[in-house]
Amino acid sequence: MSGPDRIPPGAVPALELRGLGKRFHLRSGGILRRRVTELRAVADVDLVLPRGGILGLVGESGSGKSTTGLMALRLLEPSEGQILIEGTDVTALGHAALKPWRRRVQVVFQDSYSALDPMFTLAQVVAEPLRIHGIGDGASRHRAALDWLERVGLHRSYGSRYAHELSGGQRQRVAIARALILEPAVLIADEPTSALDVSVKAQIINLLQDLQAEMDLSILFISHDLSVVRSLCDRVAVMFSGRIVEEAPTEAIFTSARHPYTRALLDAIPVLDPRQRRRRTFRDRAEIARDVPVLRRGEVTGPVPEGAGPRLMPIGPDHRVAAVLEGEAA
Amino acid sequence: MKDTQAQPIVEIEDLRVTFPQAEGSVRAVRGVSLALHPGESLGVVGESGSGKSVSWMAVMRLLRAPPAEVEAGRLRLAGIEVMQARREELTELRGRAAAMIFQDPMTAFDPVFTIGHQIIETIRAHRATSKRAARAEALDLLERVEIRNAEAILDSYPHQLSGGMLQRAMIAMALSCRPQVLIADEPTTALDVTVQAQILQLIKDLQDEMGMGLVMITHDLGVVAETVDRVVVMYGGKVMEEAPVVELFEDPRHPYTRALMVSIPGQEGGRRRLTEIPGASPDPSDPPEGCPFHPRCTQADAQCAAEEPPMAVLGPGRRAACWRLT
Repeated sequence: MSGPDRIPPGAVPALELRGLGKRFHLRSGGILRRRVTELRAVADVDLVLPRGGILGLVGESGSGKSTTGLMALRLLEPSEGQILIEGTDVTALGHAALKPWRRRVQVVFQDSYSALDPMFTLAQVVAEPLRIHGIGDGASRHRAALDWLERVGLHRSYGSRYAHELSGGQRQRVAIARALILEPAVLIADEPTSALDVSVKAQIINLLQDLQAEMDLSILFISHDLSVVRSLCDRVAVMFSGRIVEEAPTEAIFTSARHPYTRALLDAIPVLDPRQRRRRTFRDRAEIARDVPVLRRGEVTGPVPEGAGPRLMPIGPDHRVAAVLEGEAA
Repeated sequence: MKDTQAQPIVEIEDLRVTFPQAEGSVRAVRGVSLALHPGESLGVVGESGSGKSVSWMAVMRLLRAPPAEVEAGRLRLAGIEVMQARREELTELRGRAAAMIFQDPMTAFDPVFTIGHQIIETIRAHRATSKRAARAEALDLLERVEIRNAEAILDSYPHQLSGGMLQRAMIAMALSCRPQVLIADEPTTALDVTVQAQILQLIKDLQDEMGMGLVMITHDLGVVAETVDRVVVMYGGKVMEEAPVVELFEDPRHPYTRALMVSIPGQEGGRRRLTEIPGASPDPSDPPEGCPFHPRCTQADAQCAAEEPPMAVLGPGRRAACWRLT
């Protein structure tokens, strides 16, 4: 298998997930009456993150969005499907063969406090990935770390400080510097702004946009917050109960969402105009799950996928929704 | 609903809360004054460290003193002088005068008792009633917060409930003493987005039905736009601006309020840079001289850095503290 450095750039997606799934086996009962139930946390996830794209993966707790992210990072083994990094299938690679690919996909989590070692100076924290991958010597790594602190908007003097001295926004900047110091192709950002104050949230969103443009970075942005996704992402995939139920360019999601769950998420966004206040009514999850969109054949703009039951059908430019055809059983 | 002629139900004048520390005191609240009238809903908006939660913990006498040092020109809740309140008055204060709900409902319940047990205990701590009558009342309360299988939930333990369900149960417990004011401190922040909207609607409905006063403490301007009549914006332990909710959104006067409003993501379509507020919130153990917002304010000058701006009355129910008001 060839290493990441020998892949020619081109139209190959930075990250591709094909039919990705994860089953967990839940054990209950004692030794004698053991029962094992299977939980399908993620099923049939197909996603393409083009080079330089920012793809939002949206859903609520338990939707499978973070599990998908962990699988893409190979921090969690998928039960089925494939993970392709820059065109190479890394799903089955062992520890040694995977290492050069780990450099290509890095991550930032919501809670950067627990991700930053309190005993390390921030320069050490940021330089650590270089050390792990055996890049440069101590002095050059230290220089690179200070450069990166500066690049994410922190003064070089922060290099000798510690994580506990920082605010939430500053810690998130450090986490971003550490993730990007290896110059990965893909950044997986799992709710990186959710714990931040309003005035700081915008700073981090802007920083991610700037770095994306400078580095031609591809970002998988995992979030429950559609407002943030609207300002940051060019495409959105919505997950519900472990499956993608709708995927489209961001504005198509906001203007012509077709799946009832996407609509429920949009309806839940508070309206910033008190004059438009209205009494809201809500549908519960079971009701939404039963309400599978039914498409007329003429509404489907591409080949109808085979199989039965709800499946992702093309309904517009780059727009797919989990639906059935008229006359089919949901 | 609101009755502005009547005596305010909450009166706060020049409230100051300090937490002494080995290296410099944390000055969490630095001179806050405000009032709430019966049946009125007030949003208290601020970021972490603004003093929004600590102010209302002080109103409820929930801050342990020491370490907290609470001072106020006046601090009254439903006719009770909070600072001087004795034991029996405190029981009255917390429950019948006002009840508070929090972001994390898990910490509000004791994990080893059922939900029903805890609500029944709360009812019986405040009123002489039989266990049976209290249980019937608890059941009624759970139904009122739109919990469907209320009977089963009564006999459940906190860990068996989802976050949204637990938040509903906490609201039921808070309402069990029929408080005159409900203080909700980030009640939806930890919940899923669709559940957030449901809980906000529920709180609004209950406020209307019961004619309670409502204090909605939040970092989220969207939440106040959806739920309250009047808004106080706090920053660095002080009130920056106060206005009726429509006026606040249509004509924000304080530079901090304005900056906050334009920094909210997702207001327009298309991938774009946001208007960010540079810098970070002030360090409460070393707040800046003058206006707390001046280091981040685009309109600040030497006066803003040197002198604290006075609170200026801008109209009925409108005030702001800023030297650069136009």
